[in-house]
Amino acid sequence: MNIHEYQAKSVLAKYGVAVPRAKVADTPSEAEAIAKEFGTAVVVKAQIHAGGRGKGGGVKLAKTPDEAREVARQIIGMTLVTHQTGPQGKKVKRVLVEQAGRIRKELYLGMVVDRAVNRVVMMASTEGGMEIETVAAKTPEKILKEHVDPAVGLLPYQARKLAFGLGIPPELTGKAVRFMTALYNAFVDTDCSLAEINPLVLTEEGDVIALDAKMNFDGNGLFRHKEIQAMRDFDEEDPTETEASKFDLTYISLDGNIGCMVNGAGLAMATMDMIKMVGGSPANFLDVGGGANAEQVTNAFRLILSDPKVKAILVNIFGGIMRCDVIAEGVVAAAKTLGLQVPLVVRLEGTNVGKGKEILAASKLNIISAGDMKDAAQKVVAAAGQAK
Amino acid sequence: MSIWVDKNTKLLVQGITGSVGAFHTKQMLEYGTRIVGGVTPGKAGSKVEGVPVFHTVADAVKATGANATVIYVPPGFAADAIAEAVDAGIDVVVCITEGIPILDMVRIRRFMEGKKPRLIGPNCPGIITPGECKIGIMPGYIHKPGTVGIVSRSGTLTYEAVHQVTTLGMGQSTCVGIGGDPVNGTNFIDVLAAFEADPKTEAVILIGEIGGTAEEEAAAFVKANMTKPVVGFVAGQTAPKGKRMGHAGAIISGGKGTAAEKVEAFRAAGISVSEAPSDLGITLAKRLGGKVH
Repeated sequence: MNIHEYQAKSVLAKYGVAVPRAKVADTPSEAEAIAKEFGTAVVVKAQIHAGGRGKGGGVKLAKTPDEAREVARQIIGMTLVTHQTGPQGKKVKRVLVEQAGRIRKELYLGMVVDRAVNRVVMMASTEGGMEIETVAAKTPEKILKEHVDPAVGLLPYQARKLAFGLGIPPELTGKAVRFMTALYNAFVDTDCSLAEINPLVLTEEGDVIALDAKMNFDGNGLFRHKEIQAMRDFDEEDPTETEASKFDLTYISLDGNIGCMVNGAGLAMATMDMIKMVGGSPANFLDVGGGANAEQVTNAFRLILSDPKVKAILVNIFGGIMRCDVIAEGVVAAAKTLGLQVPLVVRLEGTNVGKGKEILAASKLNIISAGDMKDAAQKVVAAAGQAK
Repeated sequence: MSIWVDKNTKLLVQGITGSVGAFHTKQMLEYGTRIVGGVTPGKAGSKVEGVPVFHTVADAVKATGANATVIYVPPGFAADAIAEAVDAGIDVVVCITEGIPILDMVRIRRFMEGKKPRLIGPNCPGIITPGECKIGIMPGYIHKPGTVGIVSRSGTLTYEAVHQVTTLGMGQSTCVGIGGDPVNGTNFIDVLAAFEADPKTEAVILIGEIGGTAEEEAAAFVKANMTKPVVGFVAGQTAPKGKRMGHAGAIISGGKGTAAEKVEAFRAAGISVSEAPSDLGITLAKRLGGKVH
């Protein structure tokens, strides 16, 4: 789960990470009032879940309260397009009004779980403001890494190594170490999956602060962080994907016209690949999970059919825990309840497959039965083609 | 022969009194797995499907001599269940639970350092040596004793591969689902090394998916260490960037972990790649030229 910059900074500040003085504004006049209160130049920053906001015109400097109101007026309500939003962009609902500091140096600091070594890694680079992927591809030697032993946490010497490696002057290393330690504590305490401070800045005033902050959270850990869950912004998510998550379904919308319903993430990906291989294009990834019931199957169909692009549906189930007869009953119930209008191809295999096929046959519904994955993909692609 | 589990394996079920644990206990018993005990804190003295239940894994091991365990406890408690099994000296710990927080697994991996148990999973279908021992949630009847070793990150896609192999008249030595989480126990290389060393395994099917670099590392291992033929498939060729495809680990991030890179690594290592998921069995049969039965 992602949160906004202003939310990430509030979480980090609680753990002692230094952040600039800032407040959120929903209207231009609020932005003006905040600038007046601060009595300094401010930076007005669009709050959306995407990077590259500056280049898209979503981050602007305002030297006076009047200017703050004017740039906030430009930014709030605009549709901001960045390299991470896609061409449709994202609508800006609010801005963060932040005290502008005098920047001496811009650095990068980030944390992720390094799956190669099963540990959290803190990464630092002198290339502040640049995307870390670009730095990793072009100049990997500029990324410093410290892996953290979870038994003892990030140790001060590791933070010092990073600080000296970044060329942070000796008089600021104490602040840098405190910053990094606080960042690590915030990361593990909130079940983060990614935290990025880009840029981390050294100011002329002698501070080490997070000028920008990004935090993603491990969905599996959210159950123990109600305060993080409350920060979820549904406007930033695909409504169908959000709806799916309510029913414990994993749905991801894609560009094609063949709706898919599969059990298991690997088989679901393989089914999409199979469709593509025989000349079709999947409209979605949908994993109904291990223990789906008739209600979930109905909800899965409803989600698939809510996409107007869908011209045919492929159900591919290999029953392990999930029994084929339960799936078949769900398919029949859903097709009847929803008055299915598009062709439906069903491939069932696994536990109770015989019973499942009997239920489908007895339903008298117009269901195209398939023998194996390839057969199923060919049949659904043909059906989608005819439906055009 | 087979790897890690066989007819002599004495299994515990952690979370045996829960609905999922009880259901699969019955399934595993019907398959012929030797289940010697169950563990649910607070339920010692009761029985599930005739299997005695204990408060702790240590009690169960002491009373039964169990050397393997399977975990069906909810995600918030699963990391603790793994640690308890590891501490009790169990040889093979299989964790089926999906949804364990990744930082819990980071701590558990640290806890396991220097200790002997093998952890399989979490978020996996389990391990099966057909005709001898089924530990997990896979449908038993699609398997057949034989000489093909299968290893995969995905559950149902493993069933697909098993089914194709069985349909073609071949069977499996052992099938291992290592799970779809980014931090887990056993990895591809552990399984490949065991298959290479197992006299009964004559060929291997390796099923990968997008995300991470486990497939690339597996390919390097195959190239350097394996004499047995390996057939591979990588799921997610059509997956979009930056979207997590169900499994926590299945995500193309920063342009890394694409199916194309992994297929390329497989090919470079001499692994016969099945382009379509439906051709795994046929690709294997072709590679073997009819040698395996």
